[in-house]
Amino acid sequence: MELLPTIWFIAIAVLWTGYLFLEGFDLGVGMLMKLFARDNTERRVLLNTVGPVWDGNEVWLLTAGGATFAAFPLWYASLFSALYLPLLVVLVALIFRAVAFEYRGKVDTDQWRARWDWAIALGSFFAAFGVGAALALTTTGLPLNANGDREGGPLAWFSGYAVLGGLAVVGFSLVHALAFLALKTDGAVRHRARKWFVRLLPVLLLPIAGWALSIQFLDGKAWTWALIVLAVAAAAAAWAMARKGAEGKAFVALGAFLALGSASIFGAVFPVVLPSTLNEAFDLTISNASSSDYTLGLMSVVAAFGLPLVIAYQAWTYWVFRRRVSAAHIPEAHSFLPAIAAKAFTTKD
Amino acid sequence: MDALDALEIARWQFGITTVYHFMMVPLTIGLGLVVAVIQTAWHRTGKPEYLRMTKFWGKLFLINFIMGVATGIVQEFQFGMAWSEYSRFVGDVFGAPLALEALLAFFVESTFLGLWIFGWKQLKPGIHLACLWIAVVGSVFSAYFIIVANSWMQHPVGVEMIDGRPVMTDAWAVFTNNTALVAVPHTLFGALAVAGGFLLGIAWYHLWRRRRDGVDTVGADGKVVPGEAGDIPGRDKNDHKVWIRSLRIGAVVAMISFAGTALTGDLQGKLMFEQQPMKMAAAEAACHDGTGFSVLSIGNLGSQNCDDIVALIEVPGILSYLAKGDFTTEVQGVNSLLPQYKEAYGTHLPDNPIYGERAGQEIDYLPVMEVTYWGFRMMIGFGGLAALAALVALWLTRNGTVPESRWLMRLAVFGILAPFGANAAGWIFTEMGRQPFVVAPNPDPNGIDQVFMFTAAAVSPGVTAGELLASLITLTAIYAVLLVVEVKLLVKYIRGGVVSAMPELVHAPVDENEDATPGPGGQGGGKSADDVLAFAY
Repeated sequence: MELLPTIWFIAIAVLWTGYLFLEGFDLGVGMLMKLFARDNTERRVLLNTVGPVWDGNEVWLLTAGGATFAAFPLWYASLFSALYLPLLVVLVALIFRAVAFEYRGKVDTDQWRARWDWAIALGSFFAAFGVGAALALTTTGLPLNANGDREGGPLAWFSGYAVLGGLAVVGFSLVHALAFLALKTDGAVRHRARKWFVRLLPVLLLPIAGWALSIQFLDGKAWTWALIVLAVAAAAAAWAMARKGAEGKAFVALGAFLALGSASIFGAVFPVVLPSTLNEAFDLTISNASSSDYTLGLMSVVAAFGLPLVIAYQAWTYWVFRRRVSAAHIPEAHSFLPAIAAKAFTTKD
Repeated sequence: MDALDALEIARWQFGITTVYHFMMVPLTIGLGLVVAVIQTAWHRTGKPEYLRMTKFWGKLFLINFIMGVATGIVQEFQFGMAWSEYSRFVGDVFGAPLALEALLAFFVESTFLGLWIFGWKQLKPGIHLACLWIAVVGSVFSAYFIIVANSWMQHPVGVEMIDGRPVMTDAWAVFTNNTALVAVPHTLFGALAVAGGFLLGIAWYHLWRRRRDGVDTVGADGKVVPGEAGDIPGRDKNDHKVWIRSLRIGAVVAMISFAGTALTGDLQGKLMFEQQPMKMAAAEAACHDGTGFSVLSIGNLGSQNCDDIVALIEVPGILSYLAKGDFTTEVQGVNSLLPQYKEAYGTHLPDNPIYGERAGQEIDYLPVMEVTYWGFRMMIGFGGLAALAALVALWLTRNGTVPESRWLMRLAVFGILAPFGANAAGWIFTEMGRQPFVVAPNPDPNGIDQVFMFTAAAVSPGVTAGELLASLITLTAIYAVLLVVEVKLLVKYIRGGVVSAMPELVHAPVDENEDATPGPGGQGGGKSADDVLAFAY
């Protein structure tokens, strides 16, 4: 009876993990535009490593949200309405970031680029922080009443876990982006990215480790504790591989860290999808928040062929653009003489 | 009723963000289709003007596309954020099309568009073209899924009420909802109309400038003599072909799409007279039963008092035709419908905490008639004007260029806005006309009559008016700024002409002799070390 809700709980965990894995590095690259890149050419190298793929990565967020709506409408409704202001921040961040990617190179002045660079960097930071806060709070709980509505006003969601979760995704995204840049670029950027990765990994993964561990202490089971051990091993492997210069393996190992860590968190809270901090009886679980078996069955059939297809063609995209980007590949900015003067609308006949 | 309560703010926010989003979306869908067809023409013929058209219109397409993407995320999130009761009520049936839209349409659209933008050299020409087509089909699929979701709000089907909530029992009925099956082509034609007007107006502008600058002249026989402007790269004879072909494609697309919207709109109207008779009565400001279509009604449409309204000009029989396909059947007016609605769905909102302060209030079943009456007429009027203008444009440009008149050029450029206006008016009409329901009850035999939800019950109970106001102000301000930025960039690239989208015309001038120009077969395959990306941000 609980089979389909369980499958959809796993599916949504997979979608969120896929989102953090893929958009993780492009959010990180966005933040590194300000923290890491030294000049305009380096910033363009960074941008073009994610240029063909960032939009496809972001759809994982939309799909995670849409799947939550379809499979667990009560979870979706309670989580999104309770976190109204943080999600507004995420939306604003994602809007600016998306537009900035596309518009940054469209006008050839330093001022124009500088503005959009800030939009990319801050947009990436706030999107990562907000998503992290929301994910952490869905595992640790929100002040929800019997109807699933937030009690206590617009900031009632705020807790240490929100900050921890926010930092967790920001930190992970930064490390992940460094691993990605070491793998996807050449020249100075590549080497500096690897150096930063080795130096910063232990610090930047602390918040996500903190979140995963707090969840284990709250709800952990033997097998989710085992996953934590494996995750730590994967992070250590990523660090060791990067030191050896095996960039591909380091990237894969960090991906394994994310998958294991995420599985340990979702596994520990299962079957609760959103606890109420006011009363355990108001907890949303896979049983009381889910759609009907008919809807879940329909969605399962579609997802069973749809999701592998998505993974296949997205993998193909990474294959098509598999070659490393370096400063030498960045063409000069294209500034063009307007073929037509601006006068047409202002002068009179 | 307090003007600034949560429900009103949430409604304004949904209206503003949705109308705004739907300025970008039709241009994305329509222009995407047009660019795909043009690139196919280039692929088949190898003619350089088609490559130039692909690049130029493709550039404008992308500047606009990203705004649709950015504002689309808001749409998915705000159901949960601002309308949590709605999401809880409809989630079992409404969430599925949204999830499928992301899974089966958005992924396709974004991934394959990324391949198209960056893959001009990495992919073989046929595959590169296929990527664009796949992305365009993805955008059509997304239109289908979101309209399935919207149509369920207009005409709920395929569900049973279990524990007070509609539960999906027949997915086929939901995904082949007759409301959706006519709304999808109607929307797609509406999107093409936007693209048609866009091509027509911009191409007209360029042809006009070529004449004004003395590049193109008109010979003794009245036919155009295309010329060359040697000092500016790309402004040659092929450039003339780019614009005259774009203009003609735009005009033909605009006319075909008007015919398409009219035919599908007629079907939609007939369905709507059955499914939501009050919406259609309000669209007509028809108080009394009758057969006549109002061309102009006066009186205070906003007064919500039907007896103030006088139809000044009325064409007998037409309303019956719109509703039933004959000229004699009496169509029910507001005065006959109101008692039926009151009897079926109650005179007052239930005393349920879900309605907040509105619990127990009297229900006003009449939508805001100023909006429905004028929205309906603006939709048809703008659409028709654009089609007529396209016909006139084809006639005026029969000799291969545009007249010298500056005013005609301005008219063509500002005419770009007409199909946008028609689209916005149509959606505002159909959404406002559904009020006071968010999920409309359907008295027709195909509908399930007791599945409905009042908009007053849909808003998030836990979210404060202050939060909603903060987001309304924030989003509106950001959208306004971004609209200015987008339009400025579009204008910049439009003025720049083909060269703005083709750096290769400036940096590595190619022989524009038709035979010597590398055709589609000449691209791709050979990957030099520089070909990591065909395009760089």
